[in-house]
Amino acid sequence: MRDLGRIRPRIAVLATLATLLAGAAACGGDGDKKDDAAGGPVTLTVDVFGEFGYDQLYKQYEASHPGVTIKQRKVSTLDDYKPRIQQWIATGSGAGDVVALEEGILATYMQQKSKFLNLFDYGGKALESNFLPWKWQMGVTADGKQLVGLGTDIGPLGMCYRKDLFAKAGLPTDRDEVSKLWPTWDAFFQTGQKFQAKESKTKWLDGPSAILRTTVLQESGKGAGYSYFDKNNNLVFDTNPAIKTAFDTSLKFEQAKLTGDMQIFTPPWQTALKRDTFATVPCPSWMLGGISEFSGDYGKGKWDVASVPGGSGYWGGSWLAVPKQTKHPKEAAELAKFLTSPQGQVGAFKDKDTFPSSTVAEKDPAVTGATSAYFNNAPTGKIFGDMAAQVKPVYLGPKNEDVRQAVENVLIAVGQGKIPADQAWAKAVDAAKKAAR
Amino acid sequence: MALDLHPARDGAPPTAKPPSPKGRGARRRLARLDLKAAPYLFISPFYLVFLIFGGFPLVYTLWVSLHTWGLSSGERTFTGWDNYSYLLGDGEFWHAVVNTIGIFAVSTVPQLLLALMVAGALDRKMRGATLMRIGMVAPLITSTAAVAIVFTQLFDKDFGFVNWAIGGLGFDHIAWQESRGWSWVAISTMVDWRWTGYNALIYLAAMQAIPRDLYEAAAIDGASRLRQFWQITVPLLRPTIIFTIIVSTIGGLQLFTEPVLFGSGSANRMDGGALHQFQTITMYMYDNAFTDDRYGYGAAVAWALFLLIIVFSLVNFAFVRRTGGTK
Repeated sequence: MRDLGRIRPRIAVLATLATLLAGAAACGGDGDKKDDAAGGPVTLTVDVFGEFGYDQLYKQYEASHPGVTIKQRKVSTLDDYKPRIQQWIATGSGAGDVVALEEGILATYMQQKSKFLNLFDYGGKALESNFLPWKWQMGVTADGKQLVGLGTDIGPLGMCYRKDLFAKAGLPTDRDEVSKLWPTWDAFFQTGQKFQAKESKTKWLDGPSAILRTTVLQESGKGAGYSYFDKNNNLVFDTNPAIKTAFDTSLKFEQAKLTGDMQIFTPPWQTALKRDTFATVPCPSWMLGGISEFSGDYGKGKWDVASVPGGSGYWGGSWLAVPKQTKHPKEAAELAKFLTSPQGQVGAFKDKDTFPSSTVAEKDPAVTGATSAYFNNAPTGKIFGDMAAQVKPVYLGPKNEDVRQAVENVLIAVGQGKIPADQAWAKAVDAAKKAAR
Repeated sequence: MALDLHPARDGAPPTAKPPSPKGRGARRRLARLDLKAAPYLFISPFYLVFLIFGGFPLVYTLWVSLHTWGLSSGERTFTGWDNYSYLLGDGEFWHAVVNTIGIFAVSTVPQLLLALMVAGALDRKMRGATLMRIGMVAPLITSTAAVAIVFTQLFDKDFGFVNWAIGGLGFDHIAWQESRGWSWVAISTMVDWRWTGYNALIYLAAMQAIPRDLYEAAAIDGASRLRQFWQITVPLLRPTIIFTIIVSTIGGLQLFTEPVLFGSGSANRMDGGALHQFQTITMYMYDNAFTDDRYGYGAAVAWALFLLIIVFSLVNFAFVRRTGGTK
């Protein structure tokens, strides 16, 4: 940005040239359009973030649909993905033919349903019985007339832990015994203190963000069924008891300096995985994909999955939608249907442990009997399947992500010693109000 | 004696044939038009391009800033000056302004002083002068992102080189990202690494235009090198110094890439740290417009930034002129 002031005229010239070139390219592109009309080769772009586990599925689909080529554009964090899709949808160009909408941003785009295809027009109705009822419902507009998104995965919770580091700290390492260590978050906290006393170089948790999200969704699921916003999108941050409980739980870990003050999937977090910087991380099923991706060979066999403290819950999960700006609505809708079909969800689970939202796929032996070699052969199918059956859906408002980020910042500042713990709640309320403005 | 290349002018100048009365008026008008309009026509490409890429966005941004406008939610309501009245009382905005000015001050003052000294050194006769001078701009042609990523790693709290060196000297590690003051220092280092050479080259060019006899005269009078530098070089460089200060102001107030990449540890890199300790105005603008879905308010921040830059440039200009005058 700094350069702009200095070399603006040059940039202007470049921009002019670029426009001219784009014009030329557009002329060259006419040939492709004719091909499409005749059912010729089609290239479909899929926009995702994090790990969706679709690589094998694309190959399968390309093989069974000659003439279709699939291109994936992947961004590692959701927070980087958000502004991109926002610009694509607002300007009406640039979006892929199929886009992933995470639960945190789905509510925002439900307000702009006219920018997306109604998948009911592409045979969506028949698919309803495939899905968990609440997952299906969230993808449908309030009036029930438009199907915006088809569910991909849900994120039933577990707790990932470093088996080798637990052994060093004298804690049990077997996953059933480990699960027994922490029926509640209090017990998890005490175990953390024991660990921290023996292993001072490794933090107990990665940071406040994962635990905050986990507890907010757990508590909200047990309580009113909504978190920062009620179902009319009013901010209820300071009145929803679920939020206060979750915040206090997370705050305790920050206060005791049991976390590394990191946020998931960021570069320092990725580095930390290879440097033994933290020993546990709350693990929705899709987190397994992230851990194995970023720790690579280094982490193989070092991690395992136990049950999560504090009862049932889920975190994350996405939908696939087709923006209206696509040039190939029919083909794109077909692809979205394929990727979210039971078969597609089983495939994605096998690849990156994204747990299916399809009830059919959840019963598939490939899912129920699944184990993860990377995670010491943990029976991921059983751990997450048991959890998925108990999941209670939580409503998230359109500004949910903004509030979440603001509150996470307050917790991190407590960990850094910049905000005294007794002022944290007041600061968080204040930050949430500003973010929800 | 020099050779005179001017054409000989013996006798009366040749007389032009009087044009035929018909069409005489039209041609004269055309000639006058040519005289008056041609210069404007010749410089018009810049202004046309500026109108399209500078003027239009400026006006359009103003228009956007008068709305509650969300790119994601699709909302668009005219709200007049509401965004601006909120902006005046918006603590986070002023926090970002303080950050920006702080980083600007911490980076620009040492940067220009250092550039002046480097230019003074390069102005002397030395071996491989061209190579040295080209070397000065090498940081400028590396991509800002690459610079920022490397420096962010150098300034890493736990595994960074800088803290390793500081620890080696027996001092405590510095939490570069967490502390407001230190984060400004770290970001300023990136900015200076990149721009010092550029400013040095500009100073060098101006120095070489200073007549050498001034130095010779001063040397005969017994002035030391240092005295020559402060009493001849610096005063004669004043217009150049004003130029670099204004350009640095414009650049410094728009600082974006370095602090964004320095904050790569936050999930939302536009935050500039958990307490927004190094969030600059441009980051706050981006955060509002694109992350928080307040496009209209982001546009208002953009306009506030535009006005701030104008004010700052004028203040700088007045200040430097008062302390010595431009020639």
